[in-house]
Amino acid sequence: MTPSADRRPEGAPVGRRVFLGLLGLGAVGIVGGAALQERLTPLVAELQIRDPTGLLAALPAGESFRFYSVTGAVPEASAAGYRLAVSGLVERPAEHTLAALQAMPQTELVRDFQCVTGWRVRAVPWVGVPLSHLLDLAGPTDGATAVRLTSFDGEYTENLTLEQARRPDVLVALQMLGAPVTHDHGGPVRLFAAPMYGYKSIKWLGGIELTSDVRPGYWERRGYDLDGWVGTTNGRDDDPTA
Amino acid sequence: MTRPPERELPRFSVAVRWVHGVAGVLVLVLIATAAVLYNSELQVLVGHRPVVEAVHVWSGFALPVPVLAGLAFRSVRADVAELDRFTARDWRWLRSRTRRDGTIPVGKFNAGQKLNGSLSAGGGAVLLLTGAVMLATDLAPLSWRTGATLVHDWTSLAFGLLVFGHLYHALRDPTAMRGIRTGTVPAWWARHEHAAWAAEFDDQPADDHPAEDQRSRR
Repeated sequence: MTPSADRRPEGAPVGRRVFLGLLGLGAVGIVGGAALQERLTPLVAELQIRDPTGLLAALPAGESFRFYSVTGAVPEASAAGYRLAVSGLVERPAEHTLAALQAMPQTELVRDFQCVTGWRVRAVPWVGVPLSHLLDLAGPTDGATAVRLTSFDGEYTENLTLEQARRPDVLVALQMLGAPVTHDHGGPVRLFAAPMYGYKSIKWLGGIELTSDVRPGYWERRGYDLDGWVGTTNGRDDDPTA
Repeated sequence: MTRPPERELPRFSVAVRWVHGVAGVLVLVLIATAAVLYNSELQVLVGHRPVVEAVHVWSGFALPVPVLAGLAFRSVRADVAELDRFTARDWRWLRSRTRRDGTIPVGKFNAGQKLNGSLSAGGGAVLLLTGAVMLATDLAPLSWRTGATLVHDWTSLAFGLLVFGHLYHALRDPTAMRGIRTGTVPAWWARHEHAAWAAEFDDQPADDHPAEDQRSRR
């Protein structure tokens, strides 16, 4: 037994005060942090833009994309090897190459990107083929009511009703932020569903399948809402993005 | 000064070493998984977000277990009490520019270790609380979860710096590392780093020290 165990140490209980003080500050931050964040985010975003080292990007604030991947390393699809399959309840199943997609009519959109976990990137420029154009080419049969989107990461899936999929602001995106969609952002081809939370904008788009029912996608099987409208679903109240 | 300089002093009990070891491994797992969840490059490299998240969440909930279990042991409670109390000497040590030269006799823990201990404990508690609020998607209002996320993010950065500082000082002092590994430190080290603590042993008869008995048997 050490001698120190036999007697009470002298001095003030500073450790206890620090512990309880931090816990109190943490509780205050939980209640008031949302208001603080609204003021902090533009400040940090401003600093990150002017930071030549890029180190400030590591700060957990600001208006930048965060990357979420549900599988291991996703295989990179080359521009030449990429194929987008359209199948299911359609008159004319098809496989589009990247060149074929690039030759189709393109739509440009500038919209905020809102994640269901809270972060938002303002005014992101997108260019791509409206999903409705690919659907028209394929010709859904009478039984088709929903669109099932699959990722070539082998795991992620998403769903839209046929009506949602036909909206003009739902793009099969080929460009993002003024350049071809990078691999990390889900390139060479990803979806951008402008009015919905980010989890609906599937990355590494590999397949479009027309189905007779809406089957919950990857995150929807894990509790997210089937309809991902920004601001009115998933218990959130963000400003709409479309 | 009557004792041979090679004497070993008992610094950390078995219970203290186990609490430190289990909590330490959990903290390293938490930091590694947090890095994957937060850092874009690592996230793209490792992926498997649901698995990484589950490991992070359950390691976080497990962290208080070794600490609370340890409080059942008198030696752990004694070390916690020692870390808790700040004397005038501790404040003087923190302000001193020559704090490492041994002029201010340091007890079992120096004021830096005490500060690190209480900041880590408080920071860890804040991370646990905010982490729980972030998970309570059905119970906590949205603005609380936003606030909890903000606090969790920034506190984890500060907590990571504390752990980094702790490891930095530990790796610079192999004798201190041996103390937390084997439980004992040589008296010369104790006299140099924790003079007031080392002096407490001078009042005790030599028979109280099993480490010394072992030595005399050689």
